[in-house]
Amino acid sequence: GRACLSHTEPRARDGRSGEEEEEEEGCYQLYPGHIPTSPLQKALLAAGSAFMALYDPYRHDMVAVLGETTGCLALPNLRDKMKHHPEGYRILQERPRIRLSTLDMARLRGLPDGSLGREYVRFLEDNKVSPDTRMPPKFVDDEELAYVIQRYREVHDLMHTLLGMPTNMLGEVVVKWFEAIQTGLPMCVLGAVFGPVRLSARKLQVLATKLAPWAIRSGRNASCILNVYYEQRWEQSVESLREEIGIFPPP
Amino acid sequence: VYQVFESVAKKYDVMNDSMTLGIHRVWKDILMHKMNPSPGTLLLDVAGGTGDIAFRFINYVRSVRERQLQRKLKHHQNLSWQEISETYQEDKLKSLGDSQVVVCDINKEMLKVGKQKAQHLGYSEGLSWVLGNAEELPFDDDKFDVYTIAFGIRNVTRIDLALQEAYRVLKPGGRFLCLEFSHVSNPLLSRLYDLYSFQVIPVLGEVIAGDWKSYQYLVESIRRFPPQEELKAMIEDAGFLKVDYQNLNLGIVAIHSGFKL
Repeated sequence: GRACLSHTEPRARDGRSGEEEEEEEGCYQLYPGHIPTSPLQKALLAAGSAFMALYDPYRHDMVAVLGETTGCLALPNLRDKMKHHPEGYRILQERPRIRLSTLDMARLRGLPDGSLGREYVRFLEDNKVSPDTRMPPKFVDDEELAYVIQRYREVHDLMHTLLGMPTNMLGEVVVKWFEAIQTGLPMCVLGAVFGPVRLSARKLQVLATKLAPWAIRSGRNASCILNVYYEQRWEQSVESLREEIGIFPPP
Repeated sequence: VYQVFESVAKKYDVMNDSMTLGIHRVWKDILMHKMNPSPGTLLLDVAGGTGDIAFRFINYVRSVRERQLQRKLKHHQNLSWQEISETYQEDKLKSLGDSQVVVCDINKEMLKVGKQKAQHLGYSEGLSWVLGNAEELPFDDDKFDVYTIAFGIRNVTRIDLALQEAYRVLKPGGRFLCLEFSHVSNPLLSRLYDLYSFQVIPVLGEVIAGDWKSYQYLVESIRRFPPQEELKAMIEDAGFLKVDYQNLNLGIVAIHSGFKL
């Protein structure tokens, strides 16, 4: 891939200036924010982030790091799926980003109920989340794959919307099951398997009997969720998009 | 450097324990024993942000003081109870024996963490916190008995200026003590140390503090720092006499000492 992404924003989020990135590892840095790592470091990071993510569930950055360090097989897979699909291919070319600065929130809010745009905004507001809190990738050593994982992260909230799941622990685990089947990312699998550890018995039951089986069936049935150009489908109704992708209606 | 320590301040102690596997505590204890302060000593601890040296100093002089008091009481076997309780009271008030430590740091966040720790651990008397720059200390000449800088001097841009300032603020007869990462000459240990520093420490920084870059910087700053003999020469250049160093852990860390005579 090219050394610089045309649509990628600089790492504005952590307030560091751009000079820092240029002066070190000049020829190794494949994209702003990239930190090249040796295989040993990746292994240590994977182990450390897995432990820390379980130990302190508020460390979302650790979940992100885990995804990046363990995604070496799943990410190329996803990228190829995108390349071989017309819409996915376009996404890889145009590299759209989902963030508050690029979304016209007022317009989306004005769309009819049941449309993707309206329900997405409703989801963001109800759960008090923002698309801008997604971590930019650091440890992926290929800038196209870095975009793929970034896209996966930014599309995550849309998954919540399409699956109708809130951002509590149970909702997140259900989405993880769906994503695990869809992407094959080890981080999703780990999240799906270990996430339930923190659930109450009642919720576990609901998960095991109703939600997880549905998420798995939908995940298997659905086409690749990264191959959908969501930004061009705000007006489409959530139901019709579900049908198109192959997600079964939520229980 | 300032930004590095701003983000590093809160997790500083946790990171130190993780990176050095707790050994930094031993290093600091050794420094204190080398200093061997007696009650009444006025210590300036520069770049001492979170208070590790300051607290050890207070503990040390307190225990020395207690031993002094015990010896005193032993000698006063024949006094009346009244007299004994009076001496005891008066000495109790000066449990530190007029010893004082001033913690000086350039970074507000580090001082904040230090003050909180002091409150939490119950240190109150004999302790003050001052915001200041090692290259330009906000103190008068000839003020302090001992000057320490533990794991701080490598972050100073102009080490020579910091050394000159140290010389200035020390009383004649005062002692300069510097605890810092240094040069490992043993080739095998050096390779292992490099491997650990560059492979493990930034990972620890990312996992524990969510900050790879700051800890990458720390590891690199250690490599750039002058080795033992060079630092010794720099200390001598500032006017200190009887300059010497002691390697800890084969040179991973060294304590440099000098006197203003």
